[in-house]
Amino acid sequence: MSGAAGMGWEIVIGLETHAQLSTASKIFSGASTAFGAAPNTQACAVDIALPGVLPVLNRGAVERAIRFGLAVGARIAARSVFARKNYFYPDLPKGYQISQYELPVVSGGFLDIVVEGLEKRVNLTRAHLEEDAGKSLHEDFHGMSGIDLNRAGTPLLEIVTEPEMRSAKEAVAYAKALHSLVRWIGICDGNMQEGSFRCDANVSVRPAGSTTLGTRCEIKNLNSFRFLEKAIEYEARRQVELIGDGGTVRQETRLWDPQKGETRSMRSKEDAHDYRYFPDPDLLPLAIAPEWIESVRATMPELPAAMRARFVADYGLAPVDATTLTASKALATYFEEAVRHAGGEPRACANWVLGELSALLNRLEAEADASPVGPAALAGLVKRVLDGTVSGKAAKEVFEAMAAGEGDADAIIAARGLTQISDAGAIEAIVDQVLAANAKLADDWRAGKEKALNALVGQVMKASQGKANPAQAGEILRKKLG
Amino acid sequence: MFDHTVSELAALLRDRKASSVELAAVFLERIERLGGGLNAFITVDAEKALASARAADARLARGEATPLTGIPIAHKDLFCAKGWRTTCGSRMLADWISPYDAHVVEQFDRAGAVLVGKTNMDEFAMGSSNESSFFGPARNPWDPSRVPGGSSGGSAAAVAARLVPAATGTDTGGSIRQPASLTGTSGIRPTYGAVSRYGMVAFASSLDQGGAFGKSAEDLALMLNVMAGFDERDSTSVERPKEDYARDLARPLAGLRVGLPKQYFTADLAPDVAACVMAGAEELERQGATLVEVSLPNQALAVPVYYVIAPAEASSNLSRFDGARYGHRAAAYADLGDMYRKSRAEGFGAEVRRRILVGTYVLSHGYYDAYYLQAQKVRRLIARDFAEAFASCDVIAGPAAPTVAFPIGEKTSDPVQMYLEDLYTISVNLAGLPGLSVPCGFGQGGLPVGLQLIGNYFDEARMLNVAHRYQQATDWHRRSPPGYGS
Repeated sequence: MSGAAGMGWEIVIGLETHAQLSTASKIFSGASTAFGAAPNTQACAVDIALPGVLPVLNRGAVERAIRFGLAVGARIAARSVFARKNYFYPDLPKGYQISQYELPVVSGGFLDIVVEGLEKRVNLTRAHLEEDAGKSLHEDFHGMSGIDLNRAGTPLLEIVTEPEMRSAKEAVAYAKALHSLVRWIGICDGNMQEGSFRCDANVSVRPAGSTTLGTRCEIKNLNSFRFLEKAIEYEARRQVELIGDGGTVRQETRLWDPQKGETRSMRSKEDAHDYRYFPDPDLLPLAIAPEWIESVRATMPELPAAMRARFVADYGLAPVDATTLTASKALATYFEEAVRHAGGEPRACANWVLGELSALLNRLEAEADASPVGPAALAGLVKRVLDGTVSGKAAKEVFEAMAAGEGDADAIIAARGLTQISDAGAIEAIVDQVLAANAKLADDWRAGKEKALNALVGQVMKASQGKANPAQAGEILRKKLG
Repeated sequence: MFDHTVSELAALLRDRKASSVELAAVFLERIERLGGGLNAFITVDAEKALASARAADARLARGEATPLTGIPIAHKDLFCAKGWRTTCGSRMLADWISPYDAHVVEQFDRAGAVLVGKTNMDEFAMGSSNESSFFGPARNPWDPSRVPGGSSGGSAAAVAARLVPAATGTDTGGSIRQPASLTGTSGIRPTYGAVSRYGMVAFASSLDQGGAFGKSAEDLALMLNVMAGFDERDSTSVERPKEDYARDLARPLAGLRVGLPKQYFTADLAPDVAACVMAGAEELERQGATLVEVSLPNQALAVPVYYVIAPAEASSNLSRFDGARYGHRAAAYADLGDMYRKSRAEGFGAEVRRRILVGTYVLSHGYYDAYYLQAQKVRRLIARDFAEAFASCDVIAGPAAPTVAFPIGEKTSDPVQMYLEDLYTISVNLAGLPGLSVPCGFGQGGLPVGLQLIGNYFDEARMLNVAHRYQQATDWHRRSPPGYGS
């Protein structure tokens, strides 16, 4: 809960996200969309807007918009219209951007998110297709600007939410869920460093309990989830303080400055362009027949929400764990593979995937499908824990060794002698030694200090070099002490 | 030879009575000798022309000729032609060399036609007199003190003066039919979507359509056979089977119903023009056609609607000319905004600037609904008027222009008077229909008058049939301007 909301103010947030669609060529030309080419080498006659050239719509971009619409339960328009958004800027070669205005391809739909254990539905207003602009480079040109038009004409899906989020954390949860979804359904690579997934946040504040919206500011340049959270928190605080000091919020576009950790004014509403939208006469209205939608539907994967529900219902996982496991398709697939190899045991598998495996992946900054410990290998280890061959503690050591490439679980357990002592006689002998050496602890336990037993189990583990089955050791101790 | 039609020249080439190089030489010599006074061309390239004439002769020798192989032609200077200056009659593009071919240019190249030059035009096709050209006005060979019409004035003047046997043009509001009428040439604007707009520099995308000028309806059919056809690079190009526009030329006119819109024959129409047009209609009647009166109730709204929609689209289409990547850039400027302002103010002429301002205005917040949206609604009504008229007729006949050619300078100070030049042509563009103009007599001062025929969608073959039958019985189209004939 941010400071602003804590002081009797409510934050209202809507997000506009630009997801770059993963087509090989641009939305209205045949030029490549690959990232990182030398400036202006991937801009054809259409992209640089030579006189006389015309746009031709890439059906792959439309198909991806349909996939998105299906994934969020939205309406897919049978007829939508491309419109020109007119403004002058050197990285906008035609002097207008082809977008959709009054009739977008996708409207409605929703995304369910989980914030601090609570579920929330974020409704979407619309999603529309448009082309990206080029890039202006203001450094390295001795007082001049360089223009790189490689990005010009790259297909984007702009996804707009209703103003329904009430904290920076909710906004981040939504953005992460959306980020996961677009990758899940294969329409966007989600690479935020390369600008494939960019968020703008509309932020306003109002007194708690108020039903009218405050004046909003749009914050741009939020290219990480961390910046998104910080910028919203900063902006909400700024607006609350401004109002608290007797000022009023001006509707404006603000830029997030990650160095200073603040938002600053970019342009006010009065300076805003009149974009003079009108239907692009070079493009026919986009017609999407029901058959096209059905053929796309047939290729849709199981969606994260459905999979999450299945994990809870069929595997008995906690909703929060099911949410985390379905945060990425790679992780969810990994988990299901592990369960299959373990012959069931979803909870144990989930614990390992969410615990050791996720820690490892974080450390390596890798996705689950690139994990050095595969789902079959992890399942092998889980089985050894469940059948008592190794202790939980030793299993972690085995996991690290697996990650280091030392072989499968059985080989490592054997090589490192990590087999757990579950022989009652052997444990009893150790317990006797421990009790002889720790009379004080034994007395403490008898005097009612329950914790003393844990200390004694610890001593047994130490004496057995960690190999004794701790549960068994506890049982034997109780028997002997009692 | 220069007085021959395309089909006659093609026969000479086929029968080896002339070579393409000889033909090119004949027309290049005429352009050299007579062209200067008419200012019909912006660019002529004899070297390129002779090179393609030689290639055409080789192709003729191989027996792989099409009807256009070896025929000299000219393109209106808004068709991009690789390696050619493509100026659009504007200072903005005065030095711009196109790196690619328009679909139309490509089609004529494939057919083996010999491109001799690029013709003069109103700047960015905005005008009805060719006077808005940065390269100066083209002149009417029937009276060089008068305009040839516009915007395709250079093509019309060139064909009328026998500087080329045929040429391309574009027609956004009448820019082929009106100059054809004023110069005594035949000109056709096909159905919207019949000819690809790829590489045809846009004025108003929803109205622009490429077409042709020639000395006969038969030549127009040959030209269309080359130009028309589906092109996936233009999303508004209509996908339909290739057709032979000459297939019905000889068909008798018996049973044909010719509609005469009552709104075309009013006091707005000069009496001399009206007389020629009515005589033309009567000739059709003599050949067995029936004349019927039809009504186009929203005809009076066509010009105002056009002058909302066309400038709106133009204001956006011309935004790419910003001096940043190509075209005119001011020599000195303070900052980016200054560069835009100066480059565009210097690069565009007065009429283009006026239309950009009008277009920007009608699309602006608060005005869009009242102007642009309203105009689109009326546009649909105008199209409906034609649909209803075509229920009782097969083609519509009327004037292509309200008067004969007017003196250079007469209308330049009064834009609205200039806009009214397109009174009878503009509604065709708004509806997306095909229209043509063929010579039907001479009015005041011995100046030519055109008969406009309007067809239903993709009914070009029938219109050409009517025009051809008309030209079989008349010789207006064979008359040449004094000093330019044989």
